Amino acid sequence: MRRGPSAFNIASVALGLAFLYAPIVILVLYSFNASRLVTVWAGFSTRWYVALFQDRQMLDAVWVTLRVGVISATIATVLGVLAAIALTRSRSRGRMVLAGGVYATLVMPEVILGLSLLLLFVAAGLPRGFWTVTLSHATLTLAYATVVVQARLQSFDRSLEEAAQDLGCPPWKAFALVTLPGIAPAVAAAWMLAFTLSLDDLVVASFTSGPGATTLPMRLYSQVRLGVNPEINAVSTLLIGLVATGVIAVYLIQQRRRPSP
Amino acid sequence: MRRPRTGLAAILPGLWLAIFFAFPFLLVARLSASDSALSIPPYAPRIDWSQGVAGVRAFLAALDGETYVRLTQDSLYLDAYLSSLRLAGLAAGVLLLIGYPIAYGIARCPPRLRQALVMAVILPFWTSFLIRIYAWVAILKPAGVLNAALGAVGLPTVDILNTEAAVLLGLVYAYLPFMVLPLYAVLDRQDESLIEAAQDLGCTPLQAFWRVTFPLSLRGAAAGALLCFIPMAGEFVIPDLMGGSETLMLGRVIWTEFFANRDWPAASAVAIVLLATLVVPILLFEREQAKVAR
Amino acid sequence: MSGRPNIGGIRETFAPWADPAAAPLVRFDGVSKAFGDTRAVNDVSLSIYEREFFALLGPSGCGKTTLMRLLAGFEQPDAGRVMLGGRDIAADPPHQRPVHMMFQSYALFPHLSVAQNIAFGLKRQGVAKAETAARVEEMLALVRLEGLGRRRPDQLSGGQRQRVALARALAPRPKILLLDEPMAALDKKLREETRFELMNLQQALGLTFMIVTHDQDEAMVVADRIAVMREGRIVQVGRPAEVYEAPADRYVAGFIGDVNLFEGRVATSEGGRVRLLSEDGPIEAEGAGPVGETAWVAVRPEKVAVHSEPQLGDNVLAGTILDYGYLGDWTTYLVEIAPGRTIRAARANATRTVARPLGCGDAVWLSFEPASAVVLTR
Repeated sequence: MRRGPSAFNIASVALGLAFLYAPIVILVLYSFNASRLVTVWAGFSTRWYVALFQDRQMLDAVWVTLRVGVISATIATVLGVLAAIALTRSRSRGRMVLAGGVYATLVMPEVILGLSLLLLFVAAGLPRGFWTVTLSHATLTLAYATVVVQARLQSFDRSLEEAAQDLGCPPWKAFALVTLPGIAPAVAAAWMLAFTLSLDDLVVASFTSGPGATTLPMRLYSQVRLGVNPEINAVSTLLIGLVATGVIAVYLIQQRRRPSP
Repeated sequence: MRRPRTGLAAILPGLWLAIFFAFPFLLVARLSASDSALSIPPYAPRIDWSQGVAGVRAFLAALDGETYVRLTQDSLYLDAYLSSLRLAGLAAGVLLLIGYPIAYGIARCPPRLRQALVMAVILPFWTSFLIRIYAWVAILKPAGVLNAALGAVGLPTVDILNTEAAVLLGLVYAYLPFMVLPLYAVLDRQDESLIEAAQDLGCTPLQAFWRVTFPLSLRGAAAGALLCFIPMAGEFVIPDLMGGSETLMLGRVIWTEFFANRDWPAASAVAIVLLATLVVPILLFEREQAKVAR
Repeated sequence: MSGRPNIGGIRETFAPWADPAAAPLVRFDGVSKAFGDTRAVNDVSLSIYEREFFALLGPSGCGKTTLMRLLAGFEQPDAGRVMLGGRDIAADPPHQRPVHMMFQSYALFPHLSVAQNIAFGLKRQGVAKAETAARVEEMLALVRLEGLGRRRPDQLSGGQRQRVALARALAPRPKILLLDEPMAALDKKLREETRFELMNLQQALGLTFMIVTHDQDEAMVVADRIAVMREGRIVQVGRPAEVYEAPADRYVAGFIGDVNLFEGRVATSEGGRVRLLSEDGPIEAEGAGPVGETAWVAVRPEKVAVHSEPQLGDNVLAGTILDYGYLGDWTTYLVEIAPGRTIRAARANATRTVARPLGCGDAVWLSFEPASAVVLTR
């Protein structure tokens, strides 16, 4: 009996997804509300988007955030791929220590991470700003990138790489020619995840940032503290749209490459 | 065949984590044992390197637990500590209760649909955390969407923003994908023939679930609960935006000590206490991950 | 194969299917089951009798597993009836059927010990604790796993796991035990031992077994009767010797063992003898066939004699040895009798001859008795 989902199963999944998406949908809807009041629908309007694009500080913050995200995600992905190789292929004792570090970073409360990184930069005498946030974000997202790549490497058929070596490739070349293309979607996903997490982070950035390097979440946070503001809805909607487009595109590309089961 | 020296790959990420992750904890620990001062560093004592070992010894002797003593004297810290653990524990329990049926439901769907549903669970996680919490604020606030909807159908309005209930809701909402995914992973991996064997041997579908599926999914439940509990215990944004002034959690205390009170030693000491509390859950989580990875 | 001569003897006289008064234990009655566009089981009617060891044989995808799962209750028939002890059980869910299954993957519960696995079905039946414990011990002894009751499945070898799966399915005393490719995961030697163990167990317990397998040797050794399946239909049901020596059609002849086929037009069919005009010449075989129509004569390689001297008489074919394979007990020859047309012959190596009398390129004459060949019309 190939058991399909029961009514209970379907209801659980549907309610769960409704719970996850309801706030996001509401947020997007109200970003097009002409009224400043959240509860009053005063017709469709894009005035908050117009206001947003005239908000110099907000746009600066977006620019800082994007640069931090790209650089830190790239560092985190390179390190994450290396760490994933070590975690899946090496059998040394160092592997366990590295795994310990990776999983601890994964669950470490951001407040602790932010505070400790700040103290590091202070001790090292580094002026806080763009680069300290970038280094911190690379640290924060490294573990996520590692886990994503590791999952793919684990399921990757080792014998493909061995076949390449058998056909005369030195190990590093076999990895570059066979394994890397095979795990490329996971590497892309790892980069996307690291980028998104960096884009999203408030806490670590707040600790490690300095003058002139205010990120978008920091900016949003200071506005949110002041109360609900439709301009934030507009920024949020743009961010959601951007990320959703990227994620769905990656997903569809992966779907098309994979033959149907 | 020549084996690639895969161990070498560990060097760079290992060094990175040593410098940016492990070493800073020593700095936090050191600062937590330093004298409090309402200003920026340097804090006393400092190591006088010119004196060599004697200097280090003098430095260690000058460290004290003064800040920690202060933590025990103010009931605010103990309250924050207890409510952090209570809220994180409670949220982990609620997450298990609502995450399990969702994960199980997805695992029971046809393969094609399963992939899309997993994607749908992950997708909100890719949108800004701050924004999703902010959306809840807009929904829950007294003149918010929820009360407007309740009022429209003639129900009494509720005012739960700035209460512990709101924090709990926020935690559950934000961490739901982290609970569903590990649970789904174990449920999806489960051999369908085990369920068939149980039914073949006389179990009703419900009995087969409780005697086979459920016990075999406990590992995923543990992984999910730990994966959520640990960061939730140090959560800052959710209690800050959704909790009232009386909802204290350690993450928020660290933030306040640091940014508002500028008391870095106190912030460090609270961080060390939180870290010490989380060491056991973190080690448990790592053991589970190591088992899964094997 | 020594030490158990009695089984064959008992088998000889056991033939309830030949007795019109005997009531079958299991009866499939015009059963069909489709998955999407695939008709996995197509109008199958079949009877299985008490104490019978019944084999469903066929290539993967022929529907044999689906047929078994219909009996276990994991699939519902689209049409037809599945009867157990004279009652239609189509509506019964799997857990209410007194039919137990040994899964191909064994499906041992990894979180339970060996003893708990075996006790699983007994507990569901509400058997008392003391009796359960006794029955578990009895089962462990039966499959020779005494003292391993507290082990976890992952602490056992493949062969031991297989026996636990067997004990678990037997413990609640099913009316019929279903075995889904029970030996697929074992190595060759263990597989051969296990065959006889299964047969002994079945005889000792007096139970009805139904085995699904794609391994013809396995089916031939263990089963009282074999049903050969193809594309959802049953092509032939019969004793192993019947299926082998008197296949119903070319498919069965080719699926079970090797076969040489001669295609041609039936010239005469009289007195229990057929003369077939094939491209290879006239072929004589015992049997009957429609005169003037196309038919086939099938002959097994071991019934084809290989001579190095010219032969006289019917069914003699001249050729050259193209290839041969020395298998220890047998030597098989591939003989080319016309360009591109080869015949297989097998010869038992009855004496210890290292020097080979025949080799590649040698001219040989093949012959077989008309009584050794069978006429097929499908």
